[in-house]
Amino acid sequence: MTTYTWKSPDTPYGESTGRLRRELRAVHALIHRDLLRLACQRTHTALMLLHPVLYLFILGGGLAALIPRSSLGVGYQAYLFPGMLMMTVQTPAIMVGIRLITDRESGYLRELLMAPVHRSTLLLGSCAGGTLTAAVQGAVLLGLAGAAGLPYDPLLLVLLLAGMILASFTITALALALAVSLRRAETFHTLLGLVMMPLLFLSGGFFPLTALPGWARTLSEANPLAYAVDLLRRVIALRVPEQAAAAGVEWAGHPPPLLLEAALLLTSGTLALLWAAHRFNRPE
Amino acid sequence: MRRHTGDDDLAPAALRTAAHPSPHAAHPVPEPAYAISTRGLVKSYPGPEGMTNHAVRGLDLDVERGETFAFLGPNGAGKSTTIAMLCALARPTSGRATVAGADVLTQPHEVRQRVGMLFQHSAMDPDLTAEQNLHIHARLYGLPRRHARRRAAEVLETAGLTDRRRSPVRTLSGGMRRRLEIARQLLHAPGILFLDEPTTGLDPHARAQVWEHLRALRETHGSTLFVTTHYLDEAENCDRIAIIDRGRLVAQGAPLALKAAIGDDRVVLRTGDDPAARQVVRGIAPPDRAVTVDEGGICLRVPGGSAWIPRFCAALEAHGIAVHAASATPPTLDDVFFHHTGRSLDGASPARPPAGPVAPAGSKAAAQAGGSR
Repeated sequence: MTTYTWKSPDTPYGESTGRLRRELRAVHALIHRDLLRLACQRTHTALMLLHPVLYLFILGGGLAALIPRSSLGVGYQAYLFPGMLMMTVQTPAIMVGIRLITDRESGYLRELLMAPVHRSTLLLGSCAGGTLTAAVQGAVLLGLAGAAGLPYDPLLLVLLLAGMILASFTITALALALAVSLRRAETFHTLLGLVMMPLLFLSGGFFPLTALPGWARTLSEANPLAYAVDLLRRVIALRVPEQAAAAGVEWAGHPPPLLLEAALLLTSGTLALLWAAHRFNRPE
Repeated sequence: MRRHTGDDDLAPAALRTAAHPSPHAAHPVPEPAYAISTRGLVKSYPGPEGMTNHAVRGLDLDVERGETFAFLGPNGAGKSTTIAMLCALARPTSGRATVAGADVLTQPHEVRQRVGMLFQHSAMDPDLTAEQNLHIHARLYGLPRRHARRRAAEVLETAGLTDRRRSPVRTLSGGMRRRLEIARQLLHAPGILFLDEPTTGLDPHARAQVWEHLRALRETHGSTLFVTTHYLDEAENCDRIAIIDRGRLVAQGAPLALKAAIGDDRVVLRTGDDPAARQVVRGIAPPDRAVTVDEGGICLRVPGGSAWIPRFCAALEAHGIAVHAASATPPTLDDVFFHHTGRSLDGASPARPPAGPVAPAGSKAAAQAGGSR
């Protein structure tokens, strides 16, 4: 009869590793997976990056002549730039939700669930991976700042990047919260098609929210994308005052403090993630 | 080299227990000598119209360490549900199970750390290379980076895929993929490997390769293998078999014991004078056995067929009848399956008659080598 022990001393089980360390390694594994996929799917990544660029140059170029500078405070392309950055991070962030569903369909999620870590850790890993890939793509698009008439000021770029990371986290968490309760990728796509357009147009990325009728403006105040765009726009105004654009989100006629906007994004992202983890943790 | 599977070899069991300090001494039963042990395991799902759908009803299983255990049953018998519970992926509705010394209900992480699970439809990232897939998996199991890299190289070597380590998974053949999927489950060096239909969808050559791989694993690491399969020849090569039907265990034991318990061997004798020989055989065979003569010779079904052959031959020679050939064919596992479930495993021939008259209750009990019923 073969005799063996569950664990020989030289066997690299993860069992001897501390609890927290093991969970962190799992998070790292999922981030690593996302980055490897990003590197593998170059065509897909390039296409995702092309999308906002087309908006900036075609929509921006076309409307620039029609929209007077006086109504926006800046040229239309410069006005569009924060919205474009938000769109850049939004697509990969939403992909995380779609991937959770396709992973479930393909059986990959089951492989992940077999890992000896908490389910919330897996969700956190997906969220972190999504946030990071989105931020990487956003960072690439920051290179177009010059085209929007912005200076390549290191602090401005760092602040914009931080804003994009925050926005990608919130959008990823919201996408995951949606994805955990859906079983079919088709449902997710249909739902996205339904809500994405109003969310985008109510974000203040394409035109000032003040131009909207009252009820739409009220809606936009509940739109996390509006806060993301407003955050990026005001970061620009902070560093480059001559590029200060027309107001975005306003509460009772006053713009909320910048840090409060950031805190709002962070809080709503965290709440969405907690809710998703709660749903995801349900045992079968 | 069939292992004896009696319940009562307590001495070696005690030794092995001593070598394995259980972290939870508060749970002395079930014995940690078993790799897997379940008592009254039940899984029910809420069904339509307030009905309860019982997928598994009161399963008692004992799988010894180092054993290759086959779990045999038709589709929907509860095989996958049982495996999901044993891997702590699904919570049992009632009952308990200890896997690799850890309780599936209270220590799910320990269970998952100590077992590997090959799903029937396993999934990998098709765009990533074999090596990358393995690395991510190893990190998920908490291996430090350096170890993860070393283990990935080791299991690739074992799977014979070292030269394909930089190939994207989608470029590998079905057999290679399956071997890679098995390799992935070995990264964290689990003591128990669950394999849900490991060879389904593979061609015979790839099937043989997968089994060769599994056998080598078992020999070098002493891993316990828990395999579900519907290929009878694969079950035949396992140490023990449990047959599950409609969520219940209907038989458990070594393939030979199971087959011996249900039916009688078919004994065929070719002699110089078949009609005369028939009279002689009839005289010494048990009185309730039919002895037939056809062009193949004289034929009868008796338990322990090969033991009867010398007696028949001696009697025939005493009567001056020459014996040209004698054979005893045991019943197949499909016969065993039919005997216990009333259906054939492949489902193709439900009306096929069983191999022989129903065995007496005593020999059936002997086949329940696990003794867990």
